[in-house]
Amino acid sequence: MTEPNIYLPHLMRIARITEEAPSVRTFRLEFVDDAAAQSFHFETGQFGLYSAFGEGESTFCIASSPTRRGYIECTFREVGRVTAALADKEVGDIVGFRGPYGNVFPIEDWQGKNLLFIAGGIALPPLRSVIWNCLDLRERFQDITILYGARTVTDLVYKHELKDWTDRPDVNLVCTVDPGGETPDWTGKVGFVPHILEQLAPAPADTIALVCGPPIMIKLTLPVLARLGFTPESIFTTLENRMKCGLGKCGRCNTGSSYVCKDGPVYTLEQLNRLPAEY
Amino acid sequence: MADTYLLSNAGLDALFSAIRADGRRILAPTDPDGRSELNPVGTPAEVAKDYLQTTLSAKAVVFPKVERLLSYTLAPGQVELADAVPAAVPTVVFGIRPCEAGGFQALDAVFNWDTRDRFFNARMAALAVIGVGCTRRDDACFCTAVGGGPGATRGSDLLLTPMAEGYLAEVLTEKGRALQALAPDRFQPAAGVDKAALLVQVPPAFDQPALTARLPALFDSELWADQALRCVGCGACAYVCPTCVCFDIQEEADRQGGQRLRAWDSCGSRQFTLHASGHNPRDTQGQRWRQRIYHKFSIYPERYGMLGCVGCGKCTRACPVDMNLQEHLVEAAQA
Amino acid sequence: MELIEKAKQLLETGAVKAVLGFEPGTHGGRRPAIVRRAERAARLVFDPGCAQNLASYVTRKEVKRLGRLAVTARPDTLRALLQLMAERQLREEDVLALAVDAGGQVVELETAQAMEEHLALEPKELPARDRELMDRLRRMTREERWAFWQKELSRCVKCYACRNSCPMCYCEHCTMDCNRPQWVPVPSHALGNLEYHMVRAMHLAGRCVECGDCGRACPVGIPVHLLTFNAEESVHAQFGQRAGASAKLDYALSTFRPDDKETFIR
Repeated sequence: MTEPNIYLPHLMRIARITEEAPSVRTFRLEFVDDAAAQSFHFETGQFGLYSAFGEGESTFCIASSPTRRGYIECTFREVGRVTAALADKEVGDIVGFRGPYGNVFPIEDWQGKNLLFIAGGIALPPLRSVIWNCLDLRERFQDITILYGARTVTDLVYKHELKDWTDRPDVNLVCTVDPGGETPDWTGKVGFVPHILEQLAPAPADTIALVCGPPIMIKLTLPVLARLGFTPESIFTTLENRMKCGLGKCGRCNTGSSYVCKDGPVYTLEQLNRLPAEY
Repeated sequence: MADTYLLSNAGLDALFSAIRADGRRILAPTDPDGRSELNPVGTPAEVAKDYLQTTLSAKAVVFPKVERLLSYTLAPGQVELADAVPAAVPTVVFGIRPCEAGGFQALDAVFNWDTRDRFFNARMAALAVIGVGCTRRDDACFCTAVGGGPGATRGSDLLLTPMAEGYLAEVLTEKGRALQALAPDRFQPAAGVDKAALLVQVPPAFDQPALTARLPALFDSELWADQALRCVGCGACAYVCPTCVCFDIQEEADRQGGQRLRAWDSCGSRQFTLHASGHNPRDTQGQRWRQRIYHKFSIYPERYGMLGCVGCGKCTRACPVDMNLQEHLVEAAQA
Repeated sequence: MELIEKAKQLLETGAVKAVLGFEPGTHGGRRPAIVRRAERAARLVFDPGCAQNLASYVTRKEVKRLGRLAVTARPDTLRALLQLMAERQLREEDVLALAVDAGGQVVELETAQAMEEHLALEPKELPARDRELMDRLRRMTREERWAFWQKELSRCVKCYACRNSCPMCYCEHCTMDCNRPQWVPVPSHALGNLEYHMVRAMHLAGRCVECGDCGRACPVGIPVHLLTFNAEESVHAQFGQRAGASAKLDYALSTFRPDDKETFIR
């Protein structure tokens, strides 16, 4: 009687492909095996390893919400061998998925609180999972504010959903592009995310902040939140690192003694502050 | 659980025969062309006479340098996955030292952390270890500083201590009992044998608990960059090490199909943590060297309650530029 | 002046930022030492046990960025320094070679020309053990030689100690590191091992200074240096030049001269 093979992926069929931005795609994936589809369960914040058979695996968050059953979604940028192979795939093609791995955003703890989502560029996908999860359970939370920025209008991802969120009365969406990134018909803000955050000046009381973005954005956003009075325990982020196994065995994703695939990818700022600055 | 016996040289011959008759292979240090390594043997006479340790460790028996994790066939729009079952050949490893035998526990800690690695487990289940204690040492050895010793029993199923005309034999585990049962009358009662007197003395080289306690404060020290200045960033230390377990997963395929392989990897290599974006959290050899030390002496104790080093000294002997681990640790302990 | 004194002087005057030499190592051996402070020069030694080719450090970023380097140089080290200059990886002014004569006195070789002249004094010779093994290989039939290398290379664990010890393997993005395309498989299996070593031998043909560091570095004792030696000897036989002879050497395999004996390109 052999144990299960933890490295064996599920086979997934690509049900939908969305071109989000130059070199950025979203895949909607459905389990080939019905039993796997039925029994699959994940929580927001978790990630998986997605296979392009013939090339290898790559790590992306699960960008869809666990409240939406029957499929999972991932959003990725074409940047290397595996993502280039994935970018070549068409609807109906088969890819692999191993997961869910990692820890979760503790959304049960946030009931009754305000939620502030701050994201930049291609770092919206991990927060998008949380956003839809919370919107699907809208009555549990107070104010929901989303501040999302990208370099240019074309670089904004989930453009269709941005419109949905704009139209909803129970969500305050603030979109911004970097100075020079606006188009003539752009009606959102213009300015770097940290500046816009400063202008928005959200109150920290009973508010959880989720921040995800390129390192420079995070570096400049965290001090703004601190100035506004947000405590390190109330600020959440999600990290990435080079991964191969996703299971805490291959030894490469650690920062200090913290393995991003096991102890993360979700960290509070308070936890991050205790990690050595090696990422 | 240790029962202690006397096993004569003739008795060991008989035990080898019985193990072979039981359908198991025996891997032991042999010395072809003056390079000491584990190879299949039939009799004790084929075992190298005068070796300190093999160059590569016995970890290759349970964690080979390359193994298949899965395979698949490809057709347009189709993928058919095939699971991989590890070829776990019933094996007895004979003649590895107590330090090296102690390394299996560290491999197990990682391979079975939260999820169970069937490849390692299948091979481990098929393996029995007959360790042989040390009557000599060299400058690279420091087992006693890391909780081991020339006669330490951890990781061995049978531990033999060389003596005149044969061995003192300690039966340590269920697997050891099963080996004994293959030639029970060869295990003669032993009375009043002073095991320690048969072994080489290895005074502890440094205070490891003190070093482990000191490491968090040394993280940003320039010490690591200084020590790593001569390191060439190869994987020799990681690959000969009985506890190093970091691995790579590689895909090899053509249009008809392919396989996913697990292979040894080393944190000393620049590629180890290189992101596709080009960003590298450990871009200098000093940071990579620091990771090696911290993984073994800080992270393992914190996460698994044990060290990631058995003090065998293989890394020091294998290193092209003599990165003497013991020396570096002593320097760190004093920093 | 003797080596330790010279090293102190060079560091104290700031003429160099580091002295690359050797110090005593484990089991009475010798290992590279990168000395940056004058008071640490006291541990430097130089004797026949000092085997590594220190030229491999002059292209490593952690050492290169220290500044101008003094390099304790045997003839093979000098050849490597000259070859690196020929390949535009090292500027003359960034390195000071320190040869040590029979009396233990340091000979400073500040220019490529000085190094070339110094090398001309000593004919290049392969160590006896290597000559014997190469002769043994040459006497084998093709099948025997293939079997020999298949067996040897099956023991390779792809640690890259050979590559990383080699002064000529300085590429920041080695062919082996490339995964688009994956030219050579990464894991250590028969095909991957063979391909790696063949590719490396080809990349060293016309460039190998025959220091033997790769073979010495191999933790499992595979004589990989004979592969690159053979490639180098082959280039010498066919093109008449030797790697490391001069800082102005062209790469034999990519240089065309009108008097080349091959006529197909005309």
